[in-house]
Formats: sequence, C-alpha cells, structure tokens
Amino acid sequence: MAADRTRIRIHYSLDRPMDLLEYQGKQLFARHGIPISPGKPARTVEAAVAAADEIGYPCVVKAQVQIGGRGKAGGIKLADDPGEVREYAAAILGMDIGGLTVNEVWIELASDIASEYYASIVFDRSAKAPLVMLSTKGGMDIEAVADEDPDAIARLHVDPLLGFQSFHGRRLAFEAGVDADVVRPVGAMLAQLYEAFIAEEATLVEVNPLIVTPERVVRVLDAKVTLDDNSLFRHPENAELRDSSAEDEQEQMARERGLTYVKLDGDIGILGNGAGLVMSTLDVVALAGGRPANFLDAGGGSKAEAITSAVEVILSDPKVKAVLFNIFGGITRCDEVAKGLIEAFEVVKPTVPFVVRLDGTNDVEGRRLLAEAKLPNVHAESTMDGAAKKVVELAAAP
Amino acid sequence: MSILVGTETRLCVSGITGREGTFHTLRNREYGTSVVSGVTPGKGGQSVEGIPVFDTFHSAVAETAANTAMIFVPPVFAADSILEAEDAGIELIIAITEGIPAHDELRAYSVIKKNGRARLIGPNCPGVLSPGKANVGIIPAAFFKQGNVGLVSRSGTLTYQIGNELAQSGFGNSTIVGIGGDPVPGTDFIDVIGLFQDDPETELIVMCGEIGGDAEERAADFIAAHVTKPVLAYIAGFTAPPGKTMGHAGAIVSGSKGTAAAKEAALEAKGVRVGRTPTQVAELAVSLLGAAA
Repeated sequence: MAADRTRIRIHYSLDRPMDLLEYQGKQLFARHGIPISPGKPARTVEAAVAAADEIGYPCVVKAQVQIGGRGKAGGIKLADDPGEVREYAAAILGMDIGGLTVNEVWIELASDIASEYYASIVFDRSAKAPLVMLSTKGGMDIEAVADEDPDAIARLHVDPLLGFQSFHGRRLAFEAGVDADVVRPVGAMLAQLYEAFIAEEATLVEVNPLIVTPERVVRVLDAKVTLDDNSLFRHPENAELRDSSAEDEQEQMARERGLTYVKLDGDIGILGNGAGLVMSTLDVVALAGGRPANFLDAGGGSKAEAITSAVEVILSDPKVKAVLFNIFGGITRCDEVAKGLIEAFEVVKPTVPFVVRLDGTNDVEGRRLLAEAKLPNVHAESTMDGAAKKVVELAAAP
Repeated sequence: MSILVGTETRLCVSGITGREGTFHTLRNREYGTSVVSGVTPGKGGQSVEGIPVFDTFHSAVAETAANTAMIFVPPVFAADSILEAEDAGIELIIAITEGIPAHDELRAYSVIKKNGRARLIGPNCPGVLSPGKANVGIIPAAFFKQGNVGLVSRSGTLTYQIGNELAQSGFGNSTIVGIGGDPVPGTDFIDVIGLFQDDPETELIVMCGEIGGDAEERAADFIAAHVTKPVLAYIAGFTAPPGKTMGHAGAIVSGSKGTAAAKEAALEAKGVRVGRTPTQVAELAVSLLGAAA
C-alpha cells in the first residue's frame, strides 16, 4: 500500500498540537536522561558566536522552526570558527523556511557519525496504541523510505497498559538490523524515548537521525516533539514553550479568548459552533461560490461574551466583506448567541453585513431577540444553504 | 428496537451536581430517560430534583441498579470517572466531556477493551438519542422523531444539522449516536454501523464524518464486507486548509491522506453514496427510501 502513503497530515480545530522547536525537544529529552550533544540557543548573531565560543568548534548552526526540510533550505550549517558562525547565524536568523521566520538558532557541538538511524513514537489513533518505529535508514527523508522500502522500517505497537519492555527494544533493534554491538544501547534509548513520550504526554517523538558515533556512543541529533494541548495544564514548564510568534495576529487574539480560529484567504467571515458544523459551513459557502475568510469555532456552550469576542476577531481581518453566523444549538443556547451578537454590535459597530441562521436550543427566543434589536444590516435566514447563498451574494455586492 | 439506549436504560450521571450536569440530566429525564442516580464524590446523600446522589459509582450501582453512565465532569477528572464506572460494572459509558488529555483517554480505552465488560461512547461526544425512548447526553431531542434512519457522527452540531435536514424530509431516527471527534474514541463508526445492521428498526444508515484520521476509510471496508442495508455518508472539511506538519511519523503511519476527498473516494469505491451538503444527504435519503411519511 506504499502508494497510499502521503506527506499530508491534517490538523484541524479540535486537534491543536503543540510542536516544540528542536532544542526544546532536546532539552525535554535531557530531562529523561536521553543523551544529547552540548548546545545553546541564540536569538542574535552575537549570542550565537558567544555560544559557539563556549561550546567549542567545529559546531553546527541550526535554524529553529517547527517545520521539516531545514537542511535543504540552507538552515543548517557546519562552522569551523567564530567567523563562520557569524556568517551563518547572520544568514539563518530572519530566514524564511516554509513560510516560518527563523527567530532563533541552536548552536551545537558537531558530532562524528558512524551510522544514522531513525526512531519515532507516535500516538496511533487508528490502532489506539503508541507505535514505535526504528530504521537504519536515518538522516534522510523517512517518508521516501516508507514509500520505496517499507520493510526498512521496523514497527511495533506497545500495549499502553504494559508499557515499553526491554524485549520491545530488542525486537525492534534486531528487526531493523542495527549494528549488533549497539542493539542494547539503541533498545535502551527507545525505552527512554517511550518514557519521555508517556511522562510528557506527547503525541509524537521523532529522532532523525539517531546517531552512532565512531566511539559507538548512541545519541540523538535531532528532535521533533509534539505535545497534547489538552494535557498542558499538568505540565506548566511545557506550556511556557508555546511559540506565539509563529501564529497569525488574529489567531493569537482568538486563542487568548478561548476560541478556535484559523485564518483563510477569502472575504466571508464564518462563525459556527462545533468544528464539524463550521467545516460543513465552509464547504457549503464554497459550493455557493464564496471564499471563507476564516474558520471560527465558538465552541460548545458559547456564552454571550464569547460571541462578542468572536465578532471582534472576525472583523479584525480587514478583508472580511460579509459575515455568516451558522448556529445549531445543542449545549449552545441560541438566545445566548443572539445576546452576544447584540452586545457585539454595541461594542464593535460592524460596517459589513451579517447573515444569521439560528436553529436548536432556544432558537425561537434567539430569533425574537434579534428581530427586536433591529440590528443594522443583519439578515436572518432559516436554512444553512439559504444563509450561504445570501452571504455570498452580500460579499459580492459592490 | 433502537441501539445502545432505550427503555431498558437506567442512567447514572457522574457530575450530576455541576451546573451543566444538572441542566442536561433534568432535560434527559424530562424526555423520558430513566435517570436513577448521580455520582459526585462528597455529596452522597443529597439529591438533585429527586435523583439520589452517591459518593461512588459502586454505591450508585448497588443501590439503584444503574446500567448506563453519563460522564459530565471536567477533563481532569473524566478518565478516572470513566474507569470508576467500568470498575463498578456499568455496561454503557457515555462521556460528554471535551478536552480530556489524549493519554488519559488511551489508558481508559485500553482498560475497557482489556476487561471487555463495558462499551464507551465518546469522549467529547453529544451522546446517544433513541427518539421516543431515551436521550442520554446533550442532543436537542425536540428536533428528532422516531423512525428508520440510524445516524452516526463524529461531530455534535453537524449531527443536529444532518438530523434536522432528514427530519424536514420526513425521516425519523432509530437512534442517533455521536461517537465524538477525540483521538481515542471508545466506539468507532464500524461498531455503530454493525449495531445498526443488526437493528430491525433501522432501514437506512447515515454516517457523518470529517477530515483527519482514517475511521471513514475503515468504515468503507467494513460496509463492503458486512453491511446489507443502504448507507449514506457526509464528510465535512472539503475546503479546510491542510495544517503545517513537522514530524513525518504521522504521515507514514496512516494509510490514508485523511482529506475529505480521499474519504469520499474510499466510500464511493465501496458503493456508499456521499452527499456534498447536509441538504444533499437528505435528498439522497429520499431517493433511496422514497419520500417518507
């Protein structure tokens, strides 16, 4: 089934993963006794040179962004002296890699490499168990390996109630075909990675490459760690690592207000309750010929103030020419939504038209409140399709 | 007949004394669900509008013969409450709570599966409604009547939307099951579709999926192999933007792209018709079953 494998992994509203930078991942590993190379993060060229002087040469200057393909983009350079660190840090800081700006570099002591392996643990939603993978084809594009030579990746699901056992490590190491003299240390490192995966409540731990040095020491040379957003309340030290600079201004504003917002490139602002209904609303608006400006899930049980905040977030995008509210109340009460919208009109005073469709819990009361408020340029629609057509028409009006 | 909840249901609500817990418990009772007890540690001996509250699930089961649990406690306590209900011998656990840590869900799921005594629906789901019989959860029951369409969905509000479109075309429901959109759903499309296949009241099965994961693709294979009743599907998220991704392990695990288009293709390849809008799903239902009453 190699042809079915793909490079796309979809994140959507309810699935808000927190990706760590490489060095944050390594620091997290170090807390669990996993061997990493000496290194320091730096945000300026001067700090990078100072870090390199402290760590020693040769060293590697590595761009810190939460995306793959850094090496190909020129974001990873080997430096032999302070002059080269200065040159590379200057080039890499501020660089754009896959749409993300590099604000930080990680300066790390260069490693001698005898072998490069690949190791990962992923929260396998389909199998409902952690999946541990190991391959001797590390240091390269693992998705290409998976496509061309799937047997080169040893895979094993771990019963979460049993946990990772030594035999798991041995089995993976033998199946992957790691050098005989490092079967034991590679297995031990997998056990440590599993411990980190569980203790830090990660959904992904990936090391590519995991190296064996000429002295036969096993060490991680890269770290990709994704943490479960829902567990961060138990891990305040991890919660602090969130990098807001990678977020869009409106996305940040929405998150601070407890809303799920994803900016898109159209001109119709969308608000709904529940991720599925919002996604469906985007689809119906697109089918009606419109282009959504955002995804905004006001969530279950949306209260009036959440609705007011949501209107502020949507309208902070200057491209928005019309707004569609599509609410089907279950735990959300339509009268609360109506109150929130009325309040929002007092605070924000929108200049663009709104189309509002309210159904579900307390919908009659909600519609009555809206009708009585006589808000300017607010159109009530009774069906989702009708509301989509109306908002597309309004957004297209000159 | 209906599936999962019905006239046999004896419901015990964990978190019954919370504001939302009380509100929805009473709505469920008003609908006709037999709500026999509630659990809030430290509030045993109290009552909520005549419903006795116990400190533990074990005492609630012993005293009131509860067979179904609804979990309505905050995320940090939810997995523990699910495990307590399972340990007390509850057969069906419906977890409404949103935002439970993924590793907690995984542990709870694994214990339930290993012991093989209970079924978990959710977490992060709207619950289960068998119109005219019982409602356990937060589905606005007034929009649905008894009928022959079995509806299963990953999304809450989208379930109401599709159900409402079907209702406006004259269809009622045997049972509506929200399985939830969390990383580790206790019950999958496959499980529910299998129950509908065996339920004499259900004549048409409608499944409502969304982007991400491969549950819809697995359902397509299951339907082709095991289901003789007609199945319709809706998938949300055709225009949702793909997220940025950092690691590659996720991509090489799943055999699917996880996109709406990939899901639609997988379903249609197995003969399941997919509506592009909720309204279209209702139109397809009419074309399959004929105009309903």
